[in-house]
Amino acid sequence: MSVPTSQVEAPAPPAASPRGATRRTRSRRSTLVVLNAVSIVGGIACWWVLALNGFQFPTPPEVVAKAVQLAGNGTLQEDVLASLSRVLAGFLIGSAAAIPVGFLMGWYTTARGLFEPWIQFFRTIPPLALLPLVLVLLGIGEVPKVFVIFLAAFLACVISTYQGVVSVDRTLINAARVLGAKDATIFAKVVVPASTPFILVGMRVGLGSAWATLVAAELLAAPAGLGYRMQQAQLYYDLATIFVSIVVIGVLGLVMDRLLLFAETRLTGWQERR
Amino acid sequence: MTAKISVQDVRKTFPLKNEEFVALDGVSLDIADNEFVTVVGPSGCGKSTLMNVLAGLETPTSGRALVDGEDVVGPGPERGVIFQQYALFPWLTVRKNVEFGLKVAGLGAAERRERADYFIRIVGLEQFADALPKMLSGGMKQRCAIARAYAVNPSILLMDEPFGALDALTRVTLQEQLLETWSREKRTVLFITHDVDEAVFLANRVVVMAARPGRIYDVIDVDLPYPRTEEARLSPEFAQLRNRVWTSVYHQAPGIAAGR
Ligand SMILES: Nc1ncnc2c1ncn2[C@@H]1O[C@H](COP(=O)(O)OP(=O)(O)OP(=O)(O)O)[C@@H](O)[C@H]1O
Ligand SMILES: [Mg+2]
Repeated sequence: MSVPTSQVEAPAPPAASPRGATRRTRSRRSTLVVLNAVSIVGGIACWWVLALNGFQFPTPPEVVAKAVQLAGNGTLQEDVLASLSRVLAGFLIGSAAAIPVGFLMGWYTTARGLFEPWIQFFRTIPPLALLPLVLVLLGIGEVPKVFVIFLAAFLACVISTYQGVVSVDRTLINAARVLGAKDATIFAKVVVPASTPFILVGMRVGLGSAWATLVAAELLAAPAGLGYRMQQAQLYYDLATIFVSIVVIGVLGLVMDRLLLFAETRLTGWQERR
Repeated sequence: MTAKISVQDVRKTFPLKNEEFVALDGVSLDIADNEFVTVVGPSGCGKSTLMNVLAGLETPTSGRALVDGEDVVGPGPERGVIFQQYALFPWLTVRKNVEFGLKVAGLGAAERRERADYFIRIVGLEQFADALPKMLSGGMKQRCAIARAYAVNPSILLMDEPFGALDALTRVTLQEQLLETWSREKRTVLFITHDVDEAVFLANRVVVMAARPGRIYDVIDVDLPYPRTEEARLSPEFAQLRNRVWTSVYHQAPGIAAGR
């Protein structure tokens, strides 16, 4: 079986954040929660039934037992730590670089002219496709993996930030100018807050992209990490470990996404809901 | 005596594919200190362009725009602008919006707050001082924009169809409030509108513009005393003036063959 690289895709376009949900009535929301719970329990039940009827799945208790075992001997923590530190390093550096570059591109035509061709070009390449090259150039340590994750996060976030800056309403900028604001103030007090929603959407997309890239990068080359653990388990036909890794990857991704979503609602609650 | 605002033979063209579009042609207008001038005219006759030139957001292709005898170079806090689209900063509360210009001017927090609250009270938004713009109605947004423009104490107010998007009832109320604010805090006002009633009700002088090319077609003095009440609005003198402005706007003699 070959390594499933096809699971890594170019960053998806920013999805509309789930607005308007707050305006629904309480009862409607609790109905949704109940349905969610029913769906999750039902899904696990189906899995269990299939596992007991000849499919080669481990049953849910077997997976839980495996998770306990992996946590008991410290392997799980080690893997989670290795994966999380890679993804956070790549994601944070990527976003930290993307925001100023995106602002520069949106604000100065020169910067836009210089950066744009490269960003447009690399955006069409799945970051993972660069891994062989990066491995050759940077060796097989942590640096190449963090680098491809950095690239994934950077590309998603830079485009979004840039779009945020260029789509700032001209009349808001004019309103600040006629109130006496100069360029620096306009930038800090108008352009930055007005682009915040775009930046946060970019960061969320970037995080998803970074996470996907990470796991795939670890499948290819790593001494530890959730992807590496799955790769090893595959060699020994250890399905329970694969299941544990998948669930942990999903849960961690979900938690990180929710954290950013929370930041988004806190920071951009001023937006008019349409 | 030099005029507060002096527009001298201003021409403004915009490049349009391979020709030029003449948005303003030979526009001259003097406005005295504390005068309230309204500008009416068909859509596209260059009203906003004229205001942008005075605001310093556009430079005239030729001719001069002077404020207090000096050429306009860029925007400045002595000229307050109220935009048709409200242009409130959506991430700031009403009070923070009103304080924006004061902060830019470097006022301390206490003084900022005092001035902002004063103007928020004048426009009757004190209960919404801490609300975000998304929670305000259109009329309230516009009142907030007026307070914000007033707060930096400009000697000139440039208003581009500020009540254009409002319903007739709100509009009348805001017109009366604006006049009241103006009588308490006298300013030189250039007020753009497409509503003939509004133009006559507010103004010392109504400037009627014509399109293609954008130019001044007629200037009509309004000799009705302030304060103007509902009575004034229903008086025969008002009706007469309104008819004159109406005719001037809607039955303009065919344009001079210049321009396009
Ligand atoms: N930046 C620009 N580039 C090209 N053409 C422009 C520009 N700004 C204005 N124009 C043109 O100049 C003309 C006058 O525009 P302006 O906005 O001043 O009209 P207006 O009198 O304010 O109209 P309205 O009542 O519809 O607001 C219009 O025909 C418009 O298309
Ligand atoms: Mg206009």
